[in-house]
Amino acid sequence: MTDYGAFMEALVFYLFAILGVLAALGVVIARSPVRSALSLALVFLALAAMYVLLNAPFLAVAQIMIYAGAVLILFLFVIMVLNPRLDLIGGRTAAQTVAAVIFAAAFGVLMSVTFAAGQLAPATGVFTPEYVSEAGHVQVIGALLFSEFLLPFEIASLLLLIAIVGAMVLARRERVRHGDPRQDLR
Amino acid sequence: MNIFGIYIDQPIIDFIILIIRCVVWIIALLTAFAYIQLVERWVIAKIQVRIGPNRTGPRGLLQPLADAIKALMKEELIPTNADKLVFVIAPMISVATALLAFAVIPVSPPINLFGYEMPMQIADINVALLYLLAIGSVSVYGTVLAGWSSNNKYSLLGSLRAAAQLISYEVTLGLALVGVLMLTSTLNLNEIVNYQANYGWIILPQILGFVLYMIAAIAETNRLPFDLPEAETELVAGYYTEYSSIKFAFFFMAEYINIITVCAIATTLFLGGYLSPLPFLPIIGAPGIWWFAIKVFLLIFVFMWIRGTFPRMRYDQLMNFTWKGMLPVALLNILITAGIIILLHPGSAQVFAR
Repeated sequence: MTDYGAFMEALVFYLFAILGVLAALGVVIARSPVRSALSLALVFLALAAMYVLLNAPFLAVAQIMIYAGAVLILFLFVIMVLNPRLDLIGGRTAAQTVAAVIFAAAFGVLMSVTFAAGQLAPATGVFTPEYVSEAGHVQVIGALLFSEFLLPFEIASLLLLIAIVGAMVLARRERVRHGDPRQDLR
Repeated sequence: MNIFGIYIDQPIIDFIILIIRCVVWIIALLTAFAYIQLVERWVIAKIQVRIGPNRTGPRGLLQPLADAIKALMKEELIPTNADKLVFVIAPMISVATALLAFAVIPVSPPINLFGYEMPMQIADINVALLYLLAIGSVSVYGTVLAGWSSNNKYSLLGSLRAAAQLISYEVTLGLALVGVLMLTSTLNLNEIVNYQANYGWIILPQILGFVLYMIAAIAETNRLPFDLPEAETELVAGYYTEYSSIKFAFFFMAEYINIITVCAIATTLFLGGYLSPLPFLPIIGAPGIWWFAIKVFLLIFVFMWIRGTFPRMRYDQLMNFTWKGMLPVALLNILITAGIIILLHPGSAQVFAR
């Protein structure tokens, strides 16, 4: 009896791992900013697949909804409106190259140290995988957000609200200066 | 199981059956697309006191086939300065996301086929409601990229409008569904349908949520009166101006499959899904899928009716309508629902103990 479950899991893992790495390379290599952004969307998709394999469906869906569906669309929006042209901006500067090499090396060291340390610690505490799958992922996350992590949750939402209002004010400053500000902030 | 004398493991058979189910669903959706589009042309013709397509085949029934052949045979054009890769991918993203969304919708209870328990839903996942919203937000890519890659000012304007409109109406769309979520406390669509079997259709307590959802859904599918991204008179059809032949047909297909999907979601969440409206009447030969199809078609008919009735909105009206009109009402709906739930079940405000 072959273990088809494990086989399928490995198949899906390698499929999306390869896709993810290739797409990540595409983000860096692509010359057109829009293609870079599209590659990033593929990276998010591959990551979401990894979350599904790790039995975290909520995280997978949130990844697609928030990163691919909202954040990256706004990136695209900005790129499309500004339409940056490489020949006008100029290529990569020497400082950027140096910084990229340093950060890549630092990340490589971090990764090799992590792998050298071997097995990651198993999940401890109340939230074992069995408990989470029994109570339901979304239910556990929701209950925690509105009990133990209520204060950080509310602070985060307040920060976002401030950011939205701030963006509105900054974007409309020119017109607010003249005349009745209420008229313009309507 | 032995097939032609060869022994095949059960998981492999299950996998093959799953793929067959997916293919059958895709074909069914594409057929539904073809005929809903024909029905729409009839309905709009009736509203506008015209005759409508009636030449191809009996009563015009072969019209979709003729349209398909026309779309395939036309010359494919790619604008000179277009980003060719993105230009080709964009319509594919549109169709793929439109088809993907349907995978989680429970169209019928499992049926018994040759002794094999056959679920009619492709994937029964626990975060189905969020999955639908996620797929909906990804579908914006097709529109946005199509407009950008065409390298055409009208197309770019159309796609920018589309992106702003879709993102804005997604907010209301999501909030309109929160009421359903609060009542059923699950994201699993099967459990939502089961809830309605026990406590009645959710449209009764959530009539406000239903109306908000339907309005936002019309905007999400770029239909009149919210069809600004593809306004012919001002944008020369907007983001798909440069598309011809089968790529144009892809956008058309995506639009109609999206209409089917949003109506199917509304049916599942608010109208009891595949449940019969008269469960005490045993109607022979009317299993869940027929009820589901009838409900979905009625909702699609409302879409057509609205298209035939309303004029197009202006862009500022469109934005004011969602941000200053629908969004506050959606938030109010959540508040009222929460208040009523706490009044009726004081215990439910407590976070469950662990």
